[in-house]
Amino acid sequence: MVDETASTLIRPPPAGHGDAAAIASNAAAVVAAPGPRPRRGFAAGGTAIEAVLVPAGALILSLLLFGVFVACAGVNPLAVYRYMVEGSVGSWFSVQNTLTRAAPLLLTGLCTALPAQAGLMIIGNEGAFVMGGLAAAMAGVALHGAPAPLALAAMTLAGTAAGAVWIAFAGGLRHWRGVNETISSLLLNYIAIAILNQLVEGPFRDPRSLNKPSSPSIGYDHMIDSIPGTEIHWGLVVGIVVCIAAYVLIRHTTIGFATRIAGGNLRAARMVGLPIGWLVMLTCALGGAAAGLAGMIELAAVQERASADLVTGYGYTGILVAFLARQNPLAIIPVAMLLGGIGASGGLLQRHLGLPDAATVVLQGIIFVMILASDAVYGRLPWFKRADAAA
Amino acid sequence: MTEQTISRRRVLGGVALGAGAALGATLPLRPAFAATTIVGFIYVGPHDDFGYNQAHAQGAAAVKKMASVKVLEEENVPEDVAVTKTMESMIEQDAASLLFPTSFGYFNPYILREAPKFPKVRFEHCGGLWTPKDPKNIGSYFGYIFEAQHVNGIVAGFTSKSGKLGFVAAKPIPQVLQNINAFTLGARLINPKATTRVIFTGDWSMPVKEAEAANSLIDQGVDVVTMHVDSPKVVVQTAAKRGASVCGYHCSQAALAPEAYLTGAEWNWTDLYPKFVTMWMKGEPLPNFYRGGFKEGLIKQSPYGPRVSEAARKKADAVKAALTAGKYVIFKGPIHDNTGKIVVASGQELIQSNATDAKLEEMNFLVNGVLGALPS
Amino acid sequence: MTGVGGGLGLWIVPLAVLGGAVRVSTPFLFVSLGECITERGGRINLGLEGTLVMGAMSGYAVSYLSGSPWLGVLAAGIVGIFMGLLHGAICSLQRVNDIAVGIALMLFGVGLADYLGKPFIQPAAPQLPAINFGWWASSPDVQHALKINELFLVGVALVPLLVWAFRATRWGLILRIVGESADAARALGYPVIPVRIIATCCGGFLAGVGGSFLSLYYPGAWSERISSGQGITAVALVIFARWNPQLCFYAALLFGGAGALGPSLQAVGVHGGYYLLNAAPYILTLLIMIVTCSPKRALVGAPAELSITK
Repeated sequence: MVDETASTLIRPPPAGHGDAAAIASNAAAVVAAPGPRPRRGFAAGGTAIEAVLVPAGALILSLLLFGVFVACAGVNPLAVYRYMVEGSVGSWFSVQNTLTRAAPLLLTGLCTALPAQAGLMIIGNEGAFVMGGLAAAMAGVALHGAPAPLALAAMTLAGTAAGAVWIAFAGGLRHWRGVNETISSLLLNYIAIAILNQLVEGPFRDPRSLNKPSSPSIGYDHMIDSIPGTEIHWGLVVGIVVCIAAYVLIRHTTIGFATRIAGGNLRAARMVGLPIGWLVMLTCALGGAAAGLAGMIELAAVQERASADLVTGYGYTGILVAFLARQNPLAIIPVAMLLGGIGASGGLLQRHLGLPDAATVVLQGIIFVMILASDAVYGRLPWFKRADAAA
Repeated sequence: MTEQTISRRRVLGGVALGAGAALGATLPLRPAFAATTIVGFIYVGPHDDFGYNQAHAQGAAAVKKMASVKVLEEENVPEDVAVTKTMESMIEQDAASLLFPTSFGYFNPYILREAPKFPKVRFEHCGGLWTPKDPKNIGSYFGYIFEAQHVNGIVAGFTSKSGKLGFVAAKPIPQVLQNINAFTLGARLINPKATTRVIFTGDWSMPVKEAEAANSLIDQGVDVVTMHVDSPKVVVQTAAKRGASVCGYHCSQAALAPEAYLTGAEWNWTDLYPKFVTMWMKGEPLPNFYRGGFKEGLIKQSPYGPRVSEAARKKADAVKAALTAGKYVIFKGPIHDNTGKIVVASGQELIQSNATDAKLEEMNFLVNGVLGALPS
Repeated sequence: MTGVGGGLGLWIVPLAVLGGAVRVSTPFLFVSLGECITERGGRINLGLEGTLVMGAMSGYAVSYLSGSPWLGVLAAGIVGIFMGLLHGAICSLQRVNDIAVGIALMLFGVGLADYLGKPFIQPAAPQLPAINFGWWASSPDVQHALKINELFLVGVALVPLLVWAFRATRWGLILRIVGESADAARALGYPVIPVRIIATCCGGFLAGVGGSFLSLYYPGAWSERISSGQGITAVALVIFARWNPQLCFYAALLFGGAGALGPSLQAVGVHGGYYLLNAAPYILTLLIMIVTCSPKRALVGAPAELSITK
């Protein structure tokens, strides 16, 4: 029962299932309660296949739909598929392109996926990313002459802390003021971007940054390197490690277990005496820290200076990543790579087939809708019914 | 790009067509272009925005007409790792040897870091400040478009009845301040009491804010508006709707407001880009640092609209001729800023030439007559 | 005060904020009224940003192709219905989360609009007319501030209509029952899912029409950055308007006015901080939510079935 995927947990009790008071008062029953039909994730025998096959089917269906869509626009879908393969995995260059684009998404995806364990739907990823990058830039500029390890440590600390505070604020508002976290974290995105712009065009501007208002440089020798033999920066490795750590935290620790109880049924979690407020704050802070870390890496591995360019859209794509991964930190890794691949192939589609740049956004939208709709299929496919009953 | 755009419009017929055109026609990529020179253009926004990107796309279109040249275009490429990957992809996957990444923000750090990796590829960047310690396979070019804004100002000075002019600007950066100042100096040649009210919207493309800014200016009595935003369409249309006159920027927006459009400051990339591409194909050295105005043919002036008086045309043409002859300096001391401080000393000249004039490139003041302030 | 040359001096600020409120608020008004209908039925559609942009694109395209801006408005509304139908239908599947589908459709709508809208960035489409309520004034600036688009008036007229419909009509009652308790609705024999789908379609229609206002009146052009989040802000606005159409109207005006404040302050010589001023509507929404929400009780007026107030 413990292995329910997170998206079940964050779903509100379905219509018609009556008052939560009817739900049993012990924790084990609580976790089973939310869905009309308990569902197990990838770790539980037969349903593991289901958890792979259903999204894979949705993905293939999305690609087919996209093919029909481009065909209607007069472009040969087979050529589209071939360019997508070529652009994302067709060569060593393409693979590196895909992985480089995937790196930040690993971390921004966690910003939605971790709070989701506690039942919150955070979409403030972009704001946390921006605040992380901005804070890291401040630390990096302040420690310009310091030894590189010290500067990098300070930047990491500043970036993660800023992201953590930013999302924990939304979590705290939710818990203690009842402010909806989806809306508040969204608003915080706009506010973060305004703060960034105000600072890099005002007090934090390097007067020598003439036509592109930017902060001073953090120093080229303080920047994060590429993984030897590749053009991919170390952010990819950091992202994968953090995703695995998040998975372990959620699935194999008491805190993770408690969080998922709180996310599954608030009232029951209260009954067993869980410190819900702190669990909410913790997951939000961890999610925000992940996005803030992504912002710090973007600054320290790519951009070197804080500027309006820190508004990359990686945060918004991170929401998509988290949902496609069904809020599972481990599944974020392949999903981020999938989206990195779509992004990497966009250029070829534009240059060789004349598809607008928005074609990849349309594809992402179709995939997103299809994966969500596929939620309805779980437990309904005849092949999995037995496994479901046995587990 | 063009063929597909056309076929995309033939929406329904295209289905059969697309199915018929076998994928053999589209792959493989590299050998097909081997004999030709491949030139890549990268835009930060949509290439038909009636503005900055369209001006570059017009230059790309001129290059497309050349023999044995293949043009690659990618639009809406953000200023982050995406532009790095687009440049690399054009080079590695499509064998491009000459790139025009056209957005200012692409220069530092993206082009500066890519150029050493591909020493045989030429990076031609619009607006950057190349210095001798930067890689030699980078060229930075830019036009002194403020010369055309100066002519705009002269026409505006003649046309405005209230003496109140308006400027919708994106960000307070030197390239924008040059335009605001040159425009104001031009207007004050004609009407020494003219003032230019500036509103900064904060970003390069914000349609609603730009419309609000234009409206606010006109509410204040402004009757000639100009702008420096990526896509001037909204400002031009709003001003025309309110009955004010407007001076264009980047491209000609005359078609959007034939009555209200006075004249405009336009880029002339259609001349420069084929020239650069020809030089590259012949193996001639391209300049690392290239600046120029009317004299070098990097910019042009839109034809005058119906509201421009005969006197205004005459004066504007005279100044334009002097600029074309290289005998006219716009920022000539003494110039006071709008706080009364002297910013260009008497006898000092900020000359528009092909050399780096730090004071010009780093402009950080608003001249007397501009109503507005820079962030501290 | 006479003629363009006169200008309005400091009076510009209240005048511009008022005029701006009317101009800028219309999309907010339409989207929030639409979302009000959807949420009263117990669902939330965050995808209205996508619907808004689709409406802006399709309205502009149809106006350009047909020559009739009103046909464009209609087309935008119909496209909105389809977007609503998509949301409504997908959310009706078991176990599908309406907030997530909304985010997905936001992405899809914006992507699709940018994709299909490429050929319409350049051409100029016929625009919606405005009624001049300032004919009595001598100042053209006052006249301009009082030039009001008919769509705004339609939006204003919708407000009492919706209040009345929610309160006094059979349809409104069914909608509210469905939004308050699906069980009760079922017990009374009302079909919960169809009602919610229809409510989402109505919301989509209004959001699409709101989008056409952006491209066909103010700022009056189709471009890929036409909406800077107005659609999603309007959804937030419904929450602090407490699902009350009348409060939605005031909130929309407030947002429109806040949007006009930044440029008009600069126009009278108040400088600096324009990024923060541009973010004022968002800061304001957040503050109002912090002040008015409470963890102890559900929001007053919140439909009980709404996932966002669970």
